[in-house]
Amino acid sequence: MDDWLEGLEPIVEHQDLKVPYRYSMGATTSQFFIAIRDQKRILGIKCRQCNMVFVPPRSTCGRCFAPLKEWVEVSDKGTLQTYTIVHYPTPVQPVPPPLIYGIIKLDGADTGLAHLISETDYERLRVGLRVQAVFKEERAGNMLDILYFKPLP
Amino acid sequence: MARRSKRNVAIVATGQTDHRSKRPDVNIVEMINEAVRRCLDDAGMTIADIDAVVIGNMEHFEGIFFTEMWSVDGAGSFLKHGMKITTGGTTGSSLALAGYYHVASGLFDTVMTIGWEKQSEGETTAGLIFQADPLWERATMSGAIGSFAASATAYMHKYGITEEQAAKVAVKNRKNALNNPHAHLKLDLTVEQVLKSKMLAYPIKMLDMCPTSDGACAMIFSSEEKAKKMYQNPAWVVAGVTRHDQPFGGDLEMVMNLRTLRSATEEAYKIAGIRDPLRDLDVAELYEPCSFAELSWYEAAGLCGPGEGGKLMDSGATYMDGELPVNPSGGVLSTNCIGATAMIRVAEAAIQVMGKGGQRQVPNVNRAMATGFGGSWWSDVMILSRTP
Amino acid sequence: MSEKGGSLLLAEFEAKFPYDYSAGRYASYFLKRLKEQKKIMGIRCPKCRRVFVPPRPACGYCFVRNTEWVDLGDEGTLWGFTIVQFPFLDPMTGEERPIPYGYGFIELKGAATRLQHFVTASDLKKLRIGMRMKAVFREERKGNLADILYFKAIE
Repeated sequence: MDDWLEGLEPIVEHQDLKVPYRYSMGATTSQFFIAIRDQKRILGIKCRQCNMVFVPPRSTCGRCFAPLKEWVEVSDKGTLQTYTIVHYPTPVQPVPPPLIYGIIKLDGADTGLAHLISETDYERLRVGLRVQAVFKEERAGNMLDILYFKPLP
Repeated sequence: MARRSKRNVAIVATGQTDHRSKRPDVNIVEMINEAVRRCLDDAGMTIADIDAVVIGNMEHFEGIFFTEMWSVDGAGSFLKHGMKITTGGTTGSSLALAGYYHVASGLFDTVMTIGWEKQSEGETTAGLIFQADPLWERATMSGAIGSFAASATAYMHKYGITEEQAAKVAVKNRKNALNNPHAHLKLDLTVEQVLKSKMLAYPIKMLDMCPTSDGACAMIFSSEEKAKKMYQNPAWVVAGVTRHDQPFGGDLEMVMNLRTLRSATEEAYKIAGIRDPLRDLDVAELYEPCSFAELSWYEAAGLCGPGEGGKLMDSGATYMDGELPVNPSGGVLSTNCIGATAMIRVAEAAIQVMGKGGQRQVPNVNRAMATGFGGSWWSDVMILSRTP
Repeated sequence: MSEKGGSLLLAEFEAKFPYDYSAGRYASYFLKRLKEQKKIMGIRCPKCRRVFVPPRPACGYCFVRNTEWVDLGDEGTLWGFTIVQFPFLDPMTGEERPIPYGYGFIELKGAATRLQHFVTASDLKKLRIGMRMKAVFREERKGNLADILYFKAIE
């Protein structure tokens, strides 16, 4: 077609872009993580109208739009709703693969929390498995203060 | 060319947060919720009255890309119709236009648009790198300031525009902001202070440049029947136009001549039946990212001839007591939460038409213009009127 | 990841985004000529005859395919410029870009569009609109636009 295309090697430009972010958690979310950091307590927030306890908490109920202020403590034990085992690596992962990742409904909460599962072999994993949070020794006030959830004995 | 909508659409309510450089007390969802609640209060509505929610921001700045999903609780869009729009600096005005289109189509009666930005959570100039073409622009990109500055010198050179004339814009807009309870910066400045402020990139000094703000804005667009039934003085949308241009800074004249604004205002005036914008419009909220830009945008918007932006500024025509007050809200120079900024122009123009401007109200407003601008050098124009 | 102390926490997140951009045929050819021969090429629209740089497959005005490559030389006129003096983080390097530096738009001879690049002179303060500028190339070229280090004023 056009002779300039002959033998033309397609160029691919690789770029690694680094951009820093600092998110304000806001008063509600901060309270949640401070309770985890300082007391290893997990809190939920309750909507009376919908009769639901949200974990993680939020300031507005998405369903009925009511402002939420009522805190309740939920258990650090819960039930595995669903899970998967990730075998492939990607540039951004919380831990290197293989890793187990699932949704845990803590006792007292009506919504599930996504987190890592560990201290188990794959055979033990099933929907309905009872699990418990394992906390980090030195906590900073974020979701990784919980290292992972492990099966109850 | 776009047409005037057969169905009349009005803006019936607005809500804004009090814009600040940092809002550490709220997370993004909570900040959005503040603007939404204020807007619903302004409308006398509940969230149940809203048929669809259109939301957006400039995602580079927070690095979060499913905003339409995880903001659902605060935005009130749970199981409602909606979409997300993200078009850089024009996000807010694109959102406003989308609100207009949703209702003008006849498919929805009551649509809420929400624009927001939590600018403090990212690194602004670093985030802007995602806007630049990876091959041709990223290595040399010098932020928004760089592009404005490098074309402002060409503008000054071609027409003899002075730094003093630009400084007057900064003084005017920041002073106007003193009347606006929502504005981020409220400064009573002199031209001298602007000229002496820190040089960022010649000729743009600190006080010539817009701030970065954390804030949100929400508006409600309504069909004619509802608007007439429920509200005394809604702001009717009589024209909505957008214009896009070629991809690279070097294809454009930028601050020297904003081709997209020129083209968009020409069409908007035609649709709205405006012959002499300086006289036929009563107020304008003109998206001015820096002081020099406002002078040039006067020209592009047909308020004066090419190169006469400085002269128009000197004449006093765009002050609060002038022929056509420009930016009674304080403009972008006073508040810039990017995803909201262009929507704030529309909201403030609507506030003027609705007579809700309080201390910043321009008397006897029949027609108002709002423009949106983005770093891609796109322009949006909306013209609002007291009568449909 | 977050700050200790106070009742309002911050979550800090430094993301590194890896991307592999396909330059496409037109850019690949431009960059090949730049790397191998220190040539800056523009591409011409067969309809309106405008020459575009950086190159692009279609003319925005006419919406037809651009066809003819044109050697734009390595000299041009400074259309607009600034001297950047504010510090900012360069996400390409992860560090602050050294300031001050010149940045502007060069009108290469015959091109309808301008090239954005770094600009300099024996003294940055000497830069003026209208100056003749000449491209200064990298010794070891890699096939990207940074193979032009900057445009320097011919004084």
